[in-house]
Amino acid sequence: MANLDTMMPPVTERSNILRWARKNLFGSWTDSLLTVVGALIAYWAMRGFLNWALNVAEWEVISANMRLLMIGQYPIEHAGRLWLWLGFLVFLAGNSIGIWARGSRYAFLLLLAPAALALAPFGSEPKRWLVALTLTGLVGWGLGRGKPEVLKRSVIAGWVVSLPIIVILTHGLSSSETGFMPVVRTTLWGGLLLTFLLTVVGILFSFPMGVALALGRRSELSVIRWFSVGYIELVRGVPLITILFMAQLMLPLFLPDGWTLDRVLRAMVGITLFSAAYLAENVRGGLQAIPKGQYEAAEALGLNGVQTMIFIILPQALRLIIPILVGQFIGVFKDTSLVAIVGLLDLLGIGKTVLAQPQFLGLQREVYAFISLIFWVLSYGMSYLSQQLEVRLGVGKR
Amino acid sequence: MTHEKEPIISVRDVHKWYGNFHALKGINLDVERREVIVIFGPSGSGKSTFIRTLNRLEEHQRGTIVVDGIELSHDVRNIEQIRSEMGMVFQQFNLFPHLTVMQNITLAPIQVRKWTKQKAEEVAMQLLERVGIPEQANKYPGQLSGGQQQRVAIARSLAMQPNIMLFDEPTSALDPEMIKEVLDVMIELAKSGMTILAVTHEMGFARAVADRMIFFDKGEIVEQGTPEQIFNNPKEDRTKLFLSQILRH
Repeated sequence: MANLDTMMPPVTERSNILRWARKNLFGSWTDSLLTVVGALIAYWAMRGFLNWALNVAEWEVISANMRLLMIGQYPIEHAGRLWLWLGFLVFLAGNSIGIWARGSRYAFLLLLAPAALALAPFGSEPKRWLVALTLTGLVGWGLGRGKPEVLKRSVIAGWVVSLPIIVILTHGLSSSETGFMPVVRTTLWGGLLLTFLLTVVGILFSFPMGVALALGRRSELSVIRWFSVGYIELVRGVPLITILFMAQLMLPLFLPDGWTLDRVLRAMVGITLFSAAYLAENVRGGLQAIPKGQYEAAEALGLNGVQTMIFIILPQALRLIIPILVGQFIGVFKDTSLVAIVGLLDLLGIGKTVLAQPQFLGLQREVYAFISLIFWVLSYGMSYLSQQLEVRLGVGKR
Repeated sequence: MTHEKEPIISVRDVHKWYGNFHALKGINLDVERREVIVIFGPSGSGKSTFIRTLNRLEEHQRGTIVVDGIELSHDVRNIEQIRSEMGMVFQQFNLFPHLTVMQNITLAPIQVRKWTKQKAEEVAMQLLERVGIPEQANKYPGQLSGGQQQRVAIARSLAMQPNIMLFDEPTSALDPEMIKEVLDVMIELAKSGMTILAVTHEMGFARAVADRMIFFDKGEIVEQGTPEQIFNNPKEDRTKLFLSQILRH
């Protein structure tokens, strides 16, 4: 160990925007010229779009239909139930940021997102809810920061039960109109709400199924192996849209008389089955990257096959493929828009019905630009979270 | 050699093929309790394959292997029982990179032996002190030097409290200045009375603690004897040639 007195700290360059710009954009005479020319070209290319977005576009179509786009025809009198689970999620997110992102000074700014949304053209009621959400998130953050060790377990438990809570609150309990939490039929679910539910269910259920199929494909039992191979290759061989059509149109033919399966549920099953096949191949790629020595070391210690998988192989394999997994989850999120073609009113489907209203004819650009923006923001959010996760887990370093 | 007690490992006419390649050609060996055996020979001679058949990382196709009264067969329970009595240290360490040093050591005792976490961690700390790196307990393997990693690997095997330790070229992947720290641990282990089978070309280790040296070539045991016999008076020409090659420098 070197003497501490003689050790010099590494040289680090402080940076700010001005210094960065001077170094990278105006470092020399030619750099400056290129920067100016580049900026002019960018402005020229964007000019048409900016002019349209700021002057021409009739954004009233969005503000007037905000509720439809967000929750479809979900009855307004029960919308409080949706805000409730949203509040639960935001609270958990606040907790989690407080506990696990302690090092990051700016992570809590994420929790101000609902407040920022309150500036968007919502009605006064949603605005009040959004402000309440922000406060909930900040309180959760404060609690998480204050008592991380106490809360850790309950926060994890909270995330585990969040899907059932979301489904129960959205769907309701009592079949009578006047009972406690009356059922809201899935035909009324729509907009971003439906897109969100399809995505979350698709991801959460296809993940374990994909892992199981990947392990099955490597199984020594030939029945399991051939079933897995057959399933994966069959499903990967057809487009998602045909699976959705099968689920909507063909499935009823196979069910006994009098049996019906909810249409939203059918779409969820279709998306899950489809995604699982792709996931299986990604997981298999991760499994193949684990050196043989890891299996041998685990076996030599007396761990059995299941223990080896759970404690040694899968944690490493899954960590390796986080970028691929997130890419696929983003894919699932965007692919859910295909359910619009089989008649469900997800974000895209409800956008089409909005455009069918006589007073909003011809406003495709506004509606589709808005829908794209939502998809982009949420997809980028997932991508950003996965990068943070990779940094935390030290992917590629350990 | 005197047979006062039952041998702890008894190998009879063991054969192994990889495709058409005859890797082990009828190996016979008895290992006494507390015996330290060094196995050496040219690469491809079958020495690693042989010690890997002892805990069934490789399957032998003919002959019998009996460890502490249990015969290695296709019965999974037998294999698991034998493995939990036999520690193994690999050339490439094979630590679990996603777990800390402490977790690497305590995983198997907690999962296989069903120890409490507290007991496993106490034993792990004692073992880390024994191999000389208690301060590294909460680091990840990637943060340690090769020699430290191999010492963790030894501690990990010892945590299962094995009766027998297998070493498969434990110092071959190490930089020269780290070989000694690993050999010191192995020598201490040998003197403590552990039964050891080590595939290694560290002749210093063999001289210091080996009870018996076994020379492998082309899938057969060519010659065996005490270090004195092997170093000073080898009988077979192949042994002489090989020793002259590795002892030249």
